[in-house]
Amino acid sequence: MRGLRLIAVPLSLLALWQALVWVTAVPPFILPGPARVGAALFGNAAMLAEHARFTIGNLLTGMLAGVALGLATALNLALLPLARAMMRPMLVVAQAIPVFALAPVVTLWLGYGPASKVVMVALVVYFPVASVLFDALMRPPAALDDLARAMGATPMRRLWLIQLPHALPALGSGLRLAAVYAPFAVIVGEWVGSSRGLGYLMLMANGRGQTDLMFAALALLAAMGLVLFGLAGAVQRLTERGRPVGAARDFTKR
Amino acid sequence: MSASPHDSGRGALPPVLRTPPGIFADQGKEAGAVTIRGDLWLGDAVLARGLDIHCRAGCWTCLMGPSGAGKSTLGRLVAGLPVKARLEGRVNVPFGRVALMGQADQLLPWASALDNVCIGARLRGERADRDRARALLALVGLEGLEDRRPDELSGGQRQRVALARTLIEEAAVVVLDEPFSALDAGTRAAMQDLAARLLAGRVVILISHDPLEAARLADHAWLIGREGSRALPLPGGTAPRPIDAPQVLAAQAALFQALSRPCAV
Repeated sequence: MRGLRLIAVPLSLLALWQALVWVTAVPPFILPGPARVGAALFGNAAMLAEHARFTIGNLLTGMLAGVALGLATALNLALLPLARAMMRPMLVVAQAIPVFALAPVVTLWLGYGPASKVVMVALVVYFPVASVLFDALMRPPAALDDLARAMGATPMRRLWLIQLPHALPALGSGLRLAAVYAPFAVIVGEWVGSSRGLGYLMLMANGRGQTDLMFAALALLAAMGLVLFGLAGAVQRLTERGRPVGAARDFTKR
Repeated sequence: MSASPHDSGRGALPPVLRTPPGIFADQGKEAGAVTIRGDLWLGDAVLARGLDIHCRAGCWTCLMGPSGAGKSTLGRLVAGLPVKARLEGRVNVPFGRVALMGQADQLLPWASALDNVCIGARLRGERADRDRARALLALVGLEGLEDRRPDELSGGQRQRVALARTLIEEAAVVVLDEPFSALDAGTRAAMQDLAARLLAGRVVILISHDPLEAARLADHAWLIGREGSRALPLPGGTAPRPIDAPQVLAAQAALFQALSRPCAV
């Protein structure tokens, strides 16, 4: 039943799209019908795949780097009071900066190649992961904090055995947020300056009036974003596995 | 590991308990006692003035008093935990580590019962004795439930896990901060019996506002109030005392009256 709905909804949307094209009779360079876009998709499969590889490669590399750096930052800040005192205000201020606006600067410094896109994605992913995880690490349940103290826990062990497991669901939400932002960042990076990638292809196709190719690239970007979001959701569910329900949950949230 | 999980004989404690040596011996009135002396302040307000509390070695000492009197604060001070109030005076804990068992079971929600019992050693970076943890879980009546997480256990079972975790710490001093108050009456009585049996011989500081609990379990009781601390009368005899014994019921009534008039300390 659920599988049927999963197919039925996109199919009816496609039908609606085609009907719109037929009824309004818009020229194909304004809105190509799904059949045309499909033809462009398969006709240019090799080229699209090449650009998609570039975009997806940068996206994943950037996400990996951003998540790793965010994790490292949050863990270090949680463990080292001095680093915390110095870095915490910076983390707060940095969140207020619209990272997308940095794209021209990043491209100016790092060039038109993959590096600028990877850095854009990493920047966009880094801040939500670092700040969400750090906040959760600094708020272990009071009862568990007492327990750790009474048992003579070392700071490192306390971080690893109490703070981090407690913060895992928050890390899951951070990753989900990152999965939403990251595709934006990689496309903006390509729009600002690139000679490859799906974002670049969209601009180029637009300039040449190949609207059907532009829509094909757009369709691939949308699919990429959806898959990424789905993966992040799966990871988030994984981090919430084994969490209490009912009364015990209220207790640990206190 | 030769633990006998169903040891019911009073006095003959299972070897798995490994109570810290030395505290069984009668060490006199002052030697080996946990003492709390001084004034307890919260900001500019005095919570309790002129405290002078002795918790004798090998005895259960109950701290009673109305809510907000500072009972829990004193327990936290003994356990070396941070408190909002400040004590102008001195807490003397002559023994090493203090184990704490609170009202909420304080279990790690993501860890199994066995892992919860082992958490102390792991937090200190020591090797956890999992066989001993299993034996202690069996001793508190949780054999076969070692792999359950807290949300798969009942409230009473969670407190049993917390008790096993307290026991594995081998602490000479144990602070029980209203550990059974969230349990239903039957479960509470069973847990009181179990704790009285398994924690016998240690310095146990029981924070409670339940007169019956004090009358059944404690060797000494102190009423904490603004005017200080006062020793309360308790029936003698080995704990846990039967609920229906006349002297327990009389003591419960006396404690209840003392608690109802906290100003008359």
